[in-house]
Amino acid sequence: MAATAPPLPASEPRADAQADRRAQLGSLVQRQGAILALGLTLLFGWWRYGDNGFTGSYNLTEALRYNAMFALIALGMTFVIMTGGIDLSVGAVAVIGSVLAARLSGEGVWVAIGGAVLAGVAVGLLNGGLIAAFRIQPFIVTLATLLAGRGLALILSGNATVSLSTDAFTNGFIELSSRNLGRVPLPAAIAAVAFVAGSVVLNLTRFGRHVLAFGGNEEAARLAGLPVSRTIVAVYALSGGLAGLAGAILAAQTFAGNPNEAVGWELSAIAAVVVGGTLLTGGLGSVWTTLVGVLLLGAIINMLNFESLDPYWQQVIRGLFLLVVVVLQSRLAGRRRSVA
Amino acid sequence: MASAPPAAIAATPTADPSTPLLVMEGVTKSFPGVVALSGASLRVGRGEVHALVGQNGAGKSTLVRILTGAHRRDGGTVVFDGRPIDFRSPQAAQVGGVSTIYQEINLVPYRSVAENIFMGREPRSFGLINWRKMNRDARALLARLGIRIDVTRPLLELNVALQQMVAIARAVSFDSKLVVMDEPTSSLDDREVETLFNVIRGLKADGVSVLFITHRLDELYAVCDRVTIMRDGVTVDERPMAEIGKLELVARMLGKELGEVRREGQTGFRDAGRRAGSGRALLEVDHIERGRALQGATVAVREGEIVGLAGLLGSGRTEVARVVFGADQIERGEVRFGGQPTHFRGPGDAIRAGIGFCSEDRKVEGIVPHLSVRENLTLAALPVLARHGIVDHDRQREIVDRFIARLGIKTAGPDQPIRELSGGNQQKVLLARWLCLDPKLLILDEPTRGIDVGAKAEIQALVDELADGGLGVLMISSEIEELTEGGDRVVVLRDGRTVAELSHAEADQDTILAAMAQGEGQAAAGDGQAAAGVGVPAAVGGGSA
Repeated sequence: MAATAPPLPASEPRADAQADRRAQLGSLVQRQGAILALGLTLLFGWWRYGDNGFTGSYNLTEALRYNAMFALIALGMTFVIMTGGIDLSVGAVAVIGSVLAARLSGEGVWVAIGGAVLAGVAVGLLNGGLIAAFRIQPFIVTLATLLAGRGLALILSGNATVSLSTDAFTNGFIELSSRNLGRVPLPAAIAAVAFVAGSVVLNLTRFGRHVLAFGGNEEAARLAGLPVSRTIVAVYALSGGLAGLAGAILAAQTFAGNPNEAVGWELSAIAAVVVGGTLLTGGLGSVWTTLVGVLLLGAIINMLNFESLDPYWQQVIRGLFLLVVVVLQSRLAGRRRSVA
Repeated sequence: MASAPPAAIAATPTADPSTPLLVMEGVTKSFPGVVALSGASLRVGRGEVHALVGQNGAGKSTLVRILTGAHRRDGGTVVFDGRPIDFRSPQAAQVGGVSTIYQEINLVPYRSVAENIFMGREPRSFGLINWRKMNRDARALLARLGIRIDVTRPLLELNVALQQMVAIARAVSFDSKLVVMDEPTSSLDDREVETLFNVIRGLKADGVSVLFITHRLDELYAVCDRVTIMRDGVTVDERPMAEIGKLELVARMLGKELGEVRREGQTGFRDAGRRAGSGRALLEVDHIERGRALQGATVAVREGEIVGLAGLLGSGRTEVARVVFGADQIERGEVRFGGQPTHFRGPGDAIRAGIGFCSEDRKVEGIVPHLSVRENLTLAALPVLARHGIVDHDRQREIVDRFIARLGIKTAGPDQPIRELSGGNQQKVLLARWLCLDPKLLILDEPTRGIDVGAKAEIQALVDELADGGLGVLMISSEIEELTEGGDRVVVLRDGRTVAELSHAEADQDTILAAMAQGEGQAAAGDGQAAAGVGVPAAVGGGSA
């Protein structure tokens, strides 16, 4: 998790050291709850669908390519949730990003990505600014920007799918999604870099610690003189920017900017964060558990595709699965507290 | 900003050392509908430990909040270290050389001890947090306070007293010129209070001034040099501590004559003891055991009797109360209520049987801050007040009005949110919550903690009156006077066992303290177990011995 505690010096009293080891063991169990579930799920998938290609390299690569977008959004959402907030606007931001990227795709790959990311950051700045300045509930503010953002995406696209410019197929834009580095799809590599950076930011910068401090006790953070407003604005800007980037990848993946895509992505991202074990109330969390959460939910959806099941039933199963994981997580978390 | 090293500020050349460090004069402050301060003054000398006393509502907190930048003043002057100041925020005050320990522990539970101490000025190298240095510095700071704990553990794993010590370490670490301590001792035990006093003396020796606010008068005399007394938003007196006696101090705070206070004693209890042995047996707790917390506790309460329950933190006082109230189950022993063995499966059963429980932590377990006085008062009575799930509002209002009048609850009206009431009045509402159910037994866990002298006496007198009316009271208290003056009998617990049962005549301060503290050696031997079970509390209690 966070605070990768440095080894205890030998001078600590023994009882403390023991208690500490217990606490660490407890948190390890909690952390590995999601990893364990992921392992079991993959094992089950290999046993049941392996023959159909579940564990085939094609399926795995394509699943990673697809889920990288969720991973980016969930990373931003992790930071938001660690402040005790929530960002419902990320799905809308992603489609704004995809429409913008599609429109700009002829201008070169960096322009397209930059436009999408900047648009996302702008929405995030708006979210964070409103939340910090007027102390409005993040739920309300981002619900409003979700609605407005969807509308904006429809306006930007003229309520139609925006096809990529023909240049996009030669200037490298579509490679944003289709390229592989070795056997790793580029979107997955981008997500991996983002998670490493996110982990460094969370654990080794003041900003990261202030995010957790604010989420853990808002009043204490204010009284301690932390730059509270700046932290909130930055967190939502980060979330918006990552959602914009995911939107650009979406456009490259679907060869178009479609304003009606990415429905419910905000909920998938929240689910992944929570499944990973980050507290919805804020103050406690880790970026790596979120990654595990994304992979776990991704694996489930992927496996359900191998069943010739009514898609509506697939949704029901996903919901039930989410409940099971969250209940398990809370039980493990409870055990951790009692160990401590 | 926050990153400015505070040491640099403290090191700037000070103004004329003969002038006081802090001079606040003619300070006024109004809130909508209330005048909180109407001409308050405060002078704190350099290297002086200065006490600020007054009842709740006297304006102490408002004055302190103005000093520390949490409130802005309406009028008056504040000169700090030779310069007029008007701090805009707690952060500005911190940078300006004033650091504060708040009454409510204002730290972040999930973050480590070290992070809490250095929050906002984490040591960095190459732009990234230097965890090794942060942990080392935190360890050194705490060692100065005589505390050895693993600073990488999350704060929530520490007990309240240790958390308060962490807050103190944080405040001290700013190298401020003035440290404001707003009731820092309300969650500390005697040994920890002594540690805090040593810290204060150390600060004084370094030329740092301390502004100390407390409701415990003994503490003032132990460390303070001078005292400022406030009443009704005005400063009424300022004197060297040595020149004012305890009774006179109380008299000045209450605005009463000295003789009046002398006649009435230090608590609101009449001299008790007159009731002992008269009523029928109401509650009999017979050698109950539960884990390590309770290992043979025995307590009995008769009708119309106040039984004091004494013991150090962790002695099992609260655990006994929880068992009686049905919140915890016992492994061995028996609890009888009205002669019948009880089998409460939860507090609901206990409430129906006629037991009320005012818990220790008013904020966390008692009040619902955003709800009104009316709703808070009738929270436990709702099942009685409701018919087919609909609350009978007329009856509710009638009950609420009756108890507001009877207990003298000072409130703008039944619909005022309870969080706006003073601590004493909140406690009265909680008492009323149980009294309106007409209980046979009332369990009070630290009924007057953090409540000012005046309201305290009122609550104590009220408890007395209730006992006269036949109510059995089991009163847990850390204040010895409350036990000696209020208890018809006093039961002393240690390590989950009853070690003494004293009649009112036998129960004096020394006897109770001796029973509570006796056998330190044994307690230390048991620490290994306790540390594994409950974590840090035991480490503080006996580990350092």
